[in-house]
Amino acid sequence: MWVALSRPRPRGRLSRFARRYPVAVAAAAFLALLGVAALFAPWIAPYDPLANDYLSMFSPPGPKHWLGTDSFGRDILSRLIFGSRTALLVGLSSSVIGATVGAVVGVASAYFGGTVDLVIQRVTDILVSFPLIVLAMAMVAILGSGTANLVAAIALSFAPRAELVVRSSALQVRHTTYVEAARAVGAGPWRIILRHMLPNVMAPYLVMLTAFLGQAILLEASLSFLGLGVAEPTPAWGLMLSGAAVDFVQKAPWMAVFPGLAITLTVLAFNVLGDALRDALDPKLRV
Amino acid sequence: MYARPWARTAGAFALALAVLVAASGTVGNSAPAPQPRRGGSLNFIVSAEPPSFDGHRETTFAVIHPIRPHYNLLVKFDPFNYPKVVPDLAESWTVSEDGLTYTFRIRSGVRFHDGSLLTSRDVKASLDKIIFPPQGVVSARQAMYEMVESVSAPSPNTVVIRLKWPSATFLEKLASPFNWIYKADILERDPRWYERNVMGTGPFRFKEYVRGSHWEGVRFENYWKPGRPYLDGYRALFISSPAAQTAAIKFGQALVEFRGFAPAQRDEVVQFLGDRVTVQESGWLCNLLVVPNNQRKPFDDFRVRRALTLAIDRWGGSRALSQITFMGPVGGVMRPGGPFATPEAELTKLAGFGRDMEAARQEARRLLREAGVPEGFEFTVKNRNVPMPYIPGGVFLVDQWRQIGLNARHVIQETGPYLADLRAGNFDVGVDFTCDFFDDPDVQLAKFVSSDRSPLNYARYTDRLLDGLYRQQSRERNLQRRLQVVRQFERRVLSDRAYQFHLLWWQRIVPHWKRLQGYKVSPSHYLEDLEEVWLSE
Repeated sequence: MWVALSRPRPRGRLSRFARRYPVAVAAAAFLALLGVAALFAPWIAPYDPLANDYLSMFSPPGPKHWLGTDSFGRDILSRLIFGSRTALLVGLSSSVIGATVGAVVGVASAYFGGTVDLVIQRVTDILVSFPLIVLAMAMVAILGSGTANLVAAIALSFAPRAELVVRSSALQVRHTTYVEAARAVGAGPWRIILRHMLPNVMAPYLVMLTAFLGQAILLEASLSFLGLGVAEPTPAWGLMLSGAAVDFVQKAPWMAVFPGLAITLTVLAFNVLGDALRDALDPKLRV
Repeated sequence: MYARPWARTAGAFALALAVLVAASGTVGNSAPAPQPRRGGSLNFIVSAEPPSFDGHRETTFAVIHPIRPHYNLLVKFDPFNYPKVVPDLAESWTVSEDGLTYTFRIRSGVRFHDGSLLTSRDVKASLDKIIFPPQGVVSARQAMYEMVESVSAPSPNTVVIRLKWPSATFLEKLASPFNWIYKADILERDPRWYERNVMGTGPFRFKEYVRGSHWEGVRFENYWKPGRPYLDGYRALFISSPAAQTAAIKFGQALVEFRGFAPAQRDEVVQFLGDRVTVQESGWLCNLLVVPNNQRKPFDDFRVRRALTLAIDRWGGSRALSQITFMGPVGGVMRPGGPFATPEAELTKLAGFGRDMEAARQEARRLLREAGVPEGFEFTVKNRNVPMPYIPGGVFLVDQWRQIGLNARHVIQETGPYLADLRAGNFDVGVDFTCDFFDDPDVQLAKFVSSDRSPLNYARYTDRLLDGLYRQQSRERNLQRRLQVVRQFERRVLSDRAYQFHLLWWQRIVPHWKRLQGYKVSPSHYLEDLEEVWLSE
């Protein structure tokens, strides 16, 4: 009874969050809309995103093509809708993989300490010293282009950053009584790490994940823009911004404006949501 | 009888005028021809990096534009008068009456950049490497010299080439801009040395190559031709993005991109630079080629290859792609508009070149069903990351094949790995190109003879009938009969067997700063020759 009374109901927590962070809610709504668009793209998109229509090349935004067409006569709105799949797929998977790998390694590093911690920290220091985009570019150069390699490259670039953040939280958890108790009853190191320590560093993990999502989408767009990501004719926002969009920017500015806007809004939404989550989950920041 | 005084005066005046006009060398043109000026360094754009430094091995402008200025040829095309052949390292030559023996007199006093003297031994070693390459050495145009029996160097300044049968255009073939003359001593030590090193007799010495940035050459002060080159040096800037290329020309970072611009790029440059720019245009001995891997399933089945070519709407594609790329003319194996072009009435009879796309695509679907290829069959299309015109070409092809139920995945690679994969047969379908230096069936058809005879043929097939037709047309001296054989060859390659097939031919557009002088565009972007180029004030 006491437990039930002390825990606020989820709906109550949500409405309190919504009242305190209305911009974050708007961002979440935008991202939810994006998710729906990505999920139901074949039903929502007005045209096939890959179909070339040479009679409609460079059509400006209008009733037939709301956001205009590109140099192959492809509908930009449809390509944006399908491109959200690439953005979210690469963004979500690389962020989740990168943050999770980083979290596990960070907690393990904190738990084992000593030489293990020393080696992991020095390797992390080396990896963190490279800017994200440079590290991701190097990874893509080694692994090759394509969606799977792009995910791997971005995830590997995120992992050391996640490791640093999670390790510092895990160092505090390491000396708590429940970890001592688990050790006393004979639990093995990996059981303690996965069952007792990891769940208790979820708050920084979630905050990092949302921050990574925006960065991952931006990285994917940057790498595709540089020709290192997915290849034409795959609908991808970064790719839509490059090539013909740059070549014909004077003739058909809408080819660059709309994908640019999509990237900006999505990254902004993830960042706003991430900030709000950090504020809501970090007890030190609560007023 | 005496002339009247006014008539005498008028006559004297007319005579003086005639003398003046004759002395100026121009009639009806008051502006004297600009005198070449020595000095200055030319910056130009190259849109891809050289896969290796060996001209004998490679087929791309990415090798010619930055590296060719370090070398001489035996004979070369006149840079101002295509397709006239003029001397280069050969001072002169004679041809025997039966057309089987070519005797070249080699210039004396020609030095390599390391200071050593060139002799006929160097010329023989280079030609041997091209025509009879040793084991493990790739010579891209070997098939073109099938008629050569032997190359000999009977004296230090004489080279003799004996042919098995007379070839009307042998001299032009010999003038290939890739036939760089190397040093015999180096080739003897390591025939592959030139793949990663430079040592020639050309007008410019190698200075540096910074991968991803530039290739630089400086004037060779001991060059054999008096007064040449005019330039102090040159810098080839590697810029692949068309937008960045356009910006580089607009703002004077580079004066020219010798390969060619798309119409939109030209318009942007002209609009920005106004009368500071000149635009030279020409037909182009280049096309984009679709290469199915004939050894890989299901492309080993001719029905599948034929379905691939039937699906392509070349006439519609020509109208559309010519707006965004420099691709345009529809043609068969010979350049449209060139002396051997296939007339449209004949061309449209070939599979994939007709105008009724609905019927062609129905036929393509039937062939695929018959060959057991399922709807949605997925395969990769390997392409190079040169944006113009390869990537738009690849996007176009993917769309065309989707219309017959095929799911092509576009894989884009750097030029080096792309060529390596094509050579190794590591692909399903490749987007390849043919670019030649001379309008002649011997040159254009060499790509299509059996793979074991032509290293340029990446489609991996053997067809002795085709090889026979190549030889037959090459030996035929009657133009009409030769054309008939060329058409037979074309039908077999592009339609009956559909081993590999053209997408579209290209149209050459070269806008450049007016400061760049001594340059004339030709139908081949391989014939650029910096020896005569100079910069005005």
